[in-house]
Amino acid sequence: MLEDETTGHGSTDSSNGTVANDNSADPRNGRVTRRGLIAAAAASAGGAILARLPAEAQSPARRSSTAAPPAQTASPPQATGAFDLASVPADPTRAPGPPTSALGARSPFETPARAPVGVLSGSSYTPLQDLSGTLTPSDLLFERHHAGVALIDPAKYELLIHGLVELPTVFTLDDLRRLPNVSRTCFLECSGNGRGAFKTPKREMTPQAIDGLTSNGEWTGVPLAVLFHEVGVHRGASWFRAEGGDASRLSRSVPVEKGLSDAMIALSFNGEPLRPANGYPARLLLPGYEGNANIKWLRRIELANGPGMFRDETSKYTDPLANGTARQFSLVMDAKSIITAPAHPARLTPNVWMQITGIAWTGRGKIVRVDVSTDGGANWLVADLQEPVMSLAHTRFRLPWRWDGKRAVIMSRAVDETGAIQPTLAEFRAKRGAGTDYHFSYIRAWVVEPDGQVFFGADL
Amino acid sequence: MNTARSRWIAGLVGSALLAGCDRGPLADRATRTKRAFGVGRLPTNVHAAPSIPAHFGVGHAATADEIAAWDVDVTPDGHGLPPGNGSPAQGAAVFAAKCAACHGPTGEGQSGAPPAGVPPAPKLIGRDPREGFPFGQDPKLVKTVGNYWPYATTVFDYVRRTMPLTAPGSLTNNEVYAVVAFLLAQNEIIDKNAMLDSASLVAVKMPARDKFVIDDRKGGTTFK
Repeated sequence: MLEDETTGHGSTDSSNGTVANDNSADPRNGRVTRRGLIAAAAASAGGAILARLPAEAQSPARRSSTAAPPAQTASPPQATGAFDLASVPADPTRAPGPPTSALGARSPFETPARAPVGVLSGSSYTPLQDLSGTLTPSDLLFERHHAGVALIDPAKYELLIHGLVELPTVFTLDDLRRLPNVSRTCFLECSGNGRGAFKTPKREMTPQAIDGLTSNGEWTGVPLAVLFHEVGVHRGASWFRAEGGDASRLSRSVPVEKGLSDAMIALSFNGEPLRPANGYPARLLLPGYEGNANIKWLRRIELANGPGMFRDETSKYTDPLANGTARQFSLVMDAKSIITAPAHPARLTPNVWMQITGIAWTGRGKIVRVDVSTDGGANWLVADLQEPVMSLAHTRFRLPWRWDGKRAVIMSRAVDETGAIQPTLAEFRAKRGAGTDYHFSYIRAWVVEPDGQVFFGADL
Repeated sequence: MNTARSRWIAGLVGSALLAGCDRGPLADRATRTKRAFGVGRLPTNVHAAPSIPAHFGVGHAATADEIAAWDVDVTPDGHGLPPGNGSPAQGAAVFAAKCAACHGPTGEGQSGAPPAGVPPAPKLIGRDPREGFPFGQDPKLVKTVGNYWPYATTVFDYVRRTMPLTAPGSLTNNEVYAVVAFLLAQNEIIDKNAMLDSASLVAVKMPARDKFVIDDRKGGTTFK
């Protein structure tokens, strides 16, 4: 059996409070500083890159004069395109910069990073506070796996579809690429997202530590309906069982209707092939459904007349309720939102205009409204939603705000097209109980202290 | 593609087997093109794309061997259970050799640190509370095979496909039956002298079997 899910999803681990770049904390005040972040990133990134380069690439003297323009900067550009803080000139208008590169590196002043926890079985949290708009860059897409990252040779990849079908069929990756492909933008969220904030809350939690197991982007692949049509799914088939090709052979059961509507065998995310940790070369994508059912490294689909009752739909990923039962196959993610700024560890300046912003999403269609409160939920203001609002996708909300310097509690509350509205923490506890393990969809709060420091409002 | 498969596919064209597959944008391009651009308003050499075939004929027919090699599901109706058997006593030996390093000597969970590189493994044994099912109310309760897993077949399925964590799929079918027998006996669900095989495993009724309800929520204003 794998680790207690609590370990993988936000826990008492103190590194989960501030999440990334612990080595950049300023020991004098225990706070993460921009200078510390930059120095640490430059040291580690630059050192790692140099160590991997062949000797001739590291020596400016041996560079071919035709391969790149003469280096005018303090140190030569890296072959990977990574930029070096030491190369940042005092006045970039006085000397040409580095040349073109094969891969586009981030500014050395920007160091967003996932926060990985766990060992063989673990999660890496998306740094929600570092993202703007709605799309998650591929290298910041959250990961959750149960027996390490499966590394698969695409030439050997096969997907078997069998069971209650006319034509049990094996598809290669080339087959999947040849079939009609479609793209859609949607979120993917682990249903354990928010567990750390619910079970072991700390005031120092960031958006990443609270809800970093959700990401959003454009997925491309074959509609599962096309494959079901190819193999001739029997009328009696009511569920399909999907299995991964990783060392846990993770398996989940999904109603056939989902396969015939918007499910997809995703091959790409944000324009490039899936990354290994996210299911390369092919994964199941079930828009709006809990992440665990979106089987990565998908290798087998069996059509059947009932669910398989696998571990991850019985022992795990079920919701014990306050009434003494456990809810099963709660696949659709509930309406939810989180303010990503201002958030811990920000320190606000009073009496200046700023922006309250965050993301909202629901597994039941579109977000129709997000309310923002700055007085702990007594009054709510309707936030602006960024158009176009897409179904089953992160939706950016924004609200201009001027903090008056007094203690404030800011909250966001999403409303979706079914009328579902995020419950308060008290309502959530009353319905689900303190022992519940998944689908933590209650309202998140941030406390702004009179000195401007922002903390997670764990018990609000 | 072989001839037999071609015949299969030909036979499927226009058949009613497909459970209402909506081919979406693939369907009826002529009508959609007309609707979008009007009749006679396209340049004369621009046409609606032709209809696609009922089947693309992509992929190869899966052989029985290919299916058998990968089809490892074991489900509550006994589907997929292999021949073989095992007793709790046999399982105790397998457990001590292959499982106890992470799950503790008796499946009670590990007291010390797990082996290097291995995550802490959960407690597998325990029937408390004997009354009720208060996992929602009581966050301190630990879910075990004995108090929470609704189907014994799931234990077989999971152990066979996933365990041991560092060597998944390495147990023989008899070893899996034996380990499952050991876990069920430790949880006081089967007798310590019972012999577990496909028939007796399917017949096991787990204590939590009737506690699970299928989600029927459709959204709406009431939070459930």
